Amino acid sequence: MSLFDWFANREKSETANQQHQEREIADGLWTKCPSCGVLAYTKDLQVNQMVCLECDHHLGVDSNERIRQLIDAKTWKPLNENIQPVDPLNFRDRKPYKDRLREYQGKTKLKDAVQTGTGLLDGLPVALGVMDFQFMGGSMGSVVGEKLCRLIEYGTNECLTVIIVCASGGARMQEGMLSLMQMAKISGALERHRQARLLYIPVLTHPTMGGVTASFAMLGDLILAEPKAAIGFAGRRVIEQTLREKLPDDFQTSEYLLQHGFVDAIVSRIHLKRTLAQLISIHQPFYPINAGVALEGNLSMNHEQFVVHKEN
Amino acid sequence: MPATKNRPFLLDFEKPLNELESKIEQIRELAQENNVDVSREIRDLEAKAEQLREEIFSTLSPSQRLKLARHPRRPSTLDYIQAISDDWLELHGDRGGYDDPALVGGVGRLGGMPVVMMGHQKGRDTKDNVARNFGMASPGGYRKAIRLMEHANRFRMPILTFIDTPGAWAGVEAEELGQGEAIAYNLREMFSFDVPILCTVIGEGGSGGALGIGVGDRLLMFEHAVYTVATPEACAAILWKDAGKAPQAAAALKITARDLKDLGILDIILPEPSSGAHADPLGAAGILKEALEQNLETLLTLTPQQRKDLRYQKFRQIGKFDLGNGE
Repeated sequence: MSLFDWFANREKSETANQQHQEREIADGLWTKCPSCGVLAYTKDLQVNQMVCLECDHHLGVDSNERIRQLIDAKTWKPLNENIQPVDPLNFRDRKPYKDRLREYQGKTKLKDAVQTGTGLLDGLPVALGVMDFQFMGGSMGSVVGEKLCRLIEYGTNECLTVIIVCASGGARMQEGMLSLMQMAKISGALERHRQARLLYIPVLTHPTMGGVTASFAMLGDLILAEPKAAIGFAGRRVIEQTLREKLPDDFQTSEYLLQHGFVDAIVSRIHLKRTLAQLISIHQPFYPINAGVALEGNLSMNHEQFVVHKEN
Repeated sequence: MPATKNRPFLLDFEKPLNELESKIEQIRELAQENNVDVSREIRDLEAKAEQLREEIFSTLSPSQRLKLARHPRRPSTLDYIQAISDDWLELHGDRGGYDDPALVGGVGRLGGMPVVMMGHQKGRDTKDNVARNFGMASPGGYRKAIRLMEHANRFRMPILTFIDTPGAWAGVEAEELGQGEAIAYNLREMFSFDVPILCTVIGEGGSGGALGIGVGDRLLMFEHAVYTVATPEACAAILWKDAGKAPQAAAALKITARDLKDLGILDIILPEPSSGAHADPLGAAGILKEALEQNLETLLTLTPQQRKDLRYQKFRQIGKFDLGNGE
């Protein structure tokens, strides 16, 4: 074999190898990290909750995976699974909305862009909503609004902590003003949950934009975000176009929001479940709500008595 | 008498009407100079003009309405407030270091009743518009608005909001100061107030920026106003990948008062003077005032808790979907 042949052979085997790799990526056996480019066995990645083992990049997770990550095995009870979208405006852009819906339903096996239900999170009961970016970019139309409202109302009636994992490009334009109004509707349901002194924690994941940011994503009693998620109101491109200037790289990231005071903490996905459990548990009433009622009407309580009582 | 003659900022579809009207005016002047009686001819021409006006304004397309809603001569929030109220005093500031000129508010009286009024404020001309940021409010604007609403609720004064914005301001500073948080907070808090809240779209209702002062017991809207989830221009750029398709987007998005009434979003359509609110601002203000007074009267017969519950129910039922169980 001449040196020339050796090179030719090597090239051939390299291309074959590459093709083989690409096929395996396509088959889903391997996943390439979009941030550092390192290939990882998809199964290993899944064990690590889709967080890159090399660079800690948080890859996108679909709603099923997210529920598996957060909810104790065999405790998930879905709510309102059958609610499905219609085409109220008879909307058609380059493609009819009806066709788009059918396409995404086939691809994701979901009826729309959110799953809701109840389950245990480290043994603590929660009402959980998970948006799915795979379904039309997680956009919020009537179904997302209705399902989240029903979830929050259920949480209010059953005295449950509500958690919503956000992942959305914003309102679903194909449902026009009906979509915009879902922002108000969900915020109203959250107002009632809040009046009942119950805990609501949104978890902001990549990306959380537009009408979702301008409603339930920003209304948490506490707000958590995954590292390096894009979070904002107006899209980056829109701002660049109106201002005609380049924006800083960290603009509208979780880190940027933390710095400006709009999220409570950035939590790695690896610690998300544990952190949520810690927060829920720390918000459980520690003393009976009626404690102190017996003292009412006797506010001129004697200091000595109090001290004696304490020593006992 | 609609003041159509020599009006600047003529829209395309207004031109034939304007031409006819100036012709009538010319004939009248000529006749006067030459002392000829043309009253019959003029009466005929005026009837024709009236018919033409009727035809033009009853068949406006969504994108033509959008142009009317953005008309530079269309009455603004401050125009309406000054026309319908007494004892008006503008109040300033979000108490966080900012006073937004694009969202104004204050106290006054509507037919004797103390009220808090606020709304987006567009400018009259380019210079004014730059100062008002074209009616695109900043987070500080929404925070000023909610401060004034909290004040109204505390002193049991009804809240009147006027919506007229292309959208909330999309800029670096707005993001830094939490545009999303500011709007979200308003949406939730507006459900917590027990005083009557009336929201009126007077011109352009643009997306979250409009909704940020738009949660009320009644949503009113002028006949030629529009209210949209995203500007037709933005929608066309995103869905059609072609900003030139804005007229199609305007039609597809269902942004007119009639459409929104049919979708169960809008409660009351306010008719406009025959050539639009910009042709007769005082006429439009009169229509607005009457509707606001009537609705306040009804809402004040309810208990505070009833108002809150009904407001929630009003928004709760908005949305179209299939329950998936044959219903």
